[in-house]
Amino acid sequence: MSAGTRGPGAGSGEALHRLSIRQLAEGLRARRFSSRELAQHFLQRIEAHDKTLNSFVTVTAERALAQAAAADARLAQGAGGPLTGIPIAQKDIFCTQGVKTSCGSRMLDSYVAPYDATIVRKLHAEAGAVMLGKCNMDEFAMGSSNETSWYGPVRNPWDLERVPGGSSGGSVAAVAAGLAPAATATDTGGSIRQPAALTGLTGIKPTYGRVSRYGMVAFASSLDQAGVVAHSAEDAAYVLQAMAGFDPLDSTSVDRPVDDYCAALDRPIEGLRIGLPKEYFAEGLDPACRAAIETAIGQFERLGARICEIRLPHAPLSVPTYYVVAPAEASSNLARYDGVRYGHRADGARTLEELYKKSRGEGFGAEVQRRIMIGTYVLSHGYYDAYYLKAQKVRRLIYDDFKRAFETVDLVVGPTAQNVAFKLGDKLDDPVAMYLNDIYTIAANLAGIPALSIPCGFVNGLPVGLQLMGNFFDEARLLNAAHQYQLATDWHLRRPHGFE
Amino acid sequence: MSLSPEQVQKIAHLARLELKPEQEGAYARQLSDILEMVGALARADTERIAPMAHPLDMVQRLRADVVTDPVGAEGRAAFQAIAPAVQDGLYLVPKVIE
Repeated sequence: MSAGTRGPGAGSGEALHRLSIRQLAEGLRARRFSSRELAQHFLQRIEAHDKTLNSFVTVTAERALAQAAAADARLAQGAGGPLTGIPIAQKDIFCTQGVKTSCGSRMLDSYVAPYDATIVRKLHAEAGAVMLGKCNMDEFAMGSSNETSWYGPVRNPWDLERVPGGSSGGSVAAVAAGLAPAATATDTGGSIRQPAALTGLTGIKPTYGRVSRYGMVAFASSLDQAGVVAHSAEDAAYVLQAMAGFDPLDSTSVDRPVDDYCAALDRPIEGLRIGLPKEYFAEGLDPACRAAIETAIGQFERLGARICEIRLPHAPLSVPTYYVVAPAEASSNLARYDGVRYGHRADGARTLEELYKKSRGEGFGAEVQRRIMIGTYVLSHGYYDAYYLKAQKVRRLIYDDFKRAFETVDLVVGPTAQNVAFKLGDKLDDPVAMYLNDIYTIAANLAGIPALSIPCGFVNGLPVGLQLMGNFFDEARLLNAAHQYQLATDWHLRRPHGFE
Repeated sequence: MSLSPEQVQKIAHLARLELKPEQEGAYARQLSDILEMVGALARADTERIAPMAHPLDMVQRLRADVVTDPVGAEGRAAFQAIAPAVQDGLYLVPKVIE
């Protein structure tokens, strides 16, 4: 518990890590606890539990306490917003001035960015949130199990022998275990939604272009998007509200006002049209997960939503399309790691070419090397048309499927993953089996639309995720539907044994 | 589509990656598996479909042609502080020209 002496954080045993962000903000304003006490509470939980979970690469205790002191000063003046003084964790893909940004890679093990990512500036300098530390992740966000990190795998708080999903595995493990109220994350093919599903969290990937990518280490630039993982849609709405918005420093940022996500939460969803794509319930989906998903869909119907079948005929081609487009963009983006300007540099190279090859051979792990090579291959002379151009055309077909679907429905519903969390090591030597983890999430990235995952049940004690996908810039509606579901259910309130 | 270890070495060279000889076999097998999986694309009918490079229908934004440096006047020093080897404001690399 908190080291302070006043308020429920210290004395009465009120578990601060069980409170929602809204409750935390109310508690701060009511002076039931200070931001400093909050930060100490979560830092102590990290200290107590993270040796087991490995969810943080760097814990920034000093910075957290300094930011908390500043937040307390702001709050004492009656200033600040809903996130002022609220601790959060940052995925280690976002540049933080003066604090290492590793991206889960040996290549960036010594990298300390000379500037802050836009979302880091917005969340901390502007909104007043407190940074607890930087979360572990799959190397360069390439992975679905958080096993490709240079800093070792992250464990799932629901079962320590299982993966938390990836690539935002550290972010979800930290939040699921109550080591942080919320965390930032990124999603290129499912890296927010799949780990959120596997750890019983709410995770939202906004529309491409809604949140700035400036200072977010690039993987696949036409797919990458930053978002949030939190316990509830309400918590996610508070954090996303502070992150979203136009940024002149990101050339693909969209100059368009941000909706009021929090205000939209309470709207009834009577009459909401939800499409059920047949393709998302085909072979491969675990029957017990399917049952949980169908029960959740029934709940949406009871809330007044109208469910109708739709078709996304090209959805089954999402995985192959993605594994051409994403590696192609990655091979180009990761060409910047040359051992010259920053990042890992190998010893003993005699020529410039040798320096590049050795530094990249040592600095990148196997999964990153595989994707760079696939990308190099599909872009190389003689294969470009057959692979890259073809994939870009199929991407258009997938996009058109969604465009057509959103002419008749408001949201699309389906599973987030085919199964619950799998065991550590199970899929490590079989990249294709690993890639199929994202079979339901990738299409949203290819199309650019927003999507979220919410917990909707358990199978053998492990969380199951329900995915909702929305039309472009319809984050408010997604969060609204998720929030209404969470008002009627309590899956999002469950906590893993040992971390209550 | 099956790649030989020699093809893997060629791709690695193009990507400027030094592979250890013991990695070649596993990479050849795994990359072949991945290419076989993406081979499913060939069956899609994409006649008269325009390639899609980007999800947003947008044009590149332009800005005034003036120097902007978010890191400020200390930019060079800040950026070179994280470089593996620098001297006199320059990045050091192995000798390029004899």
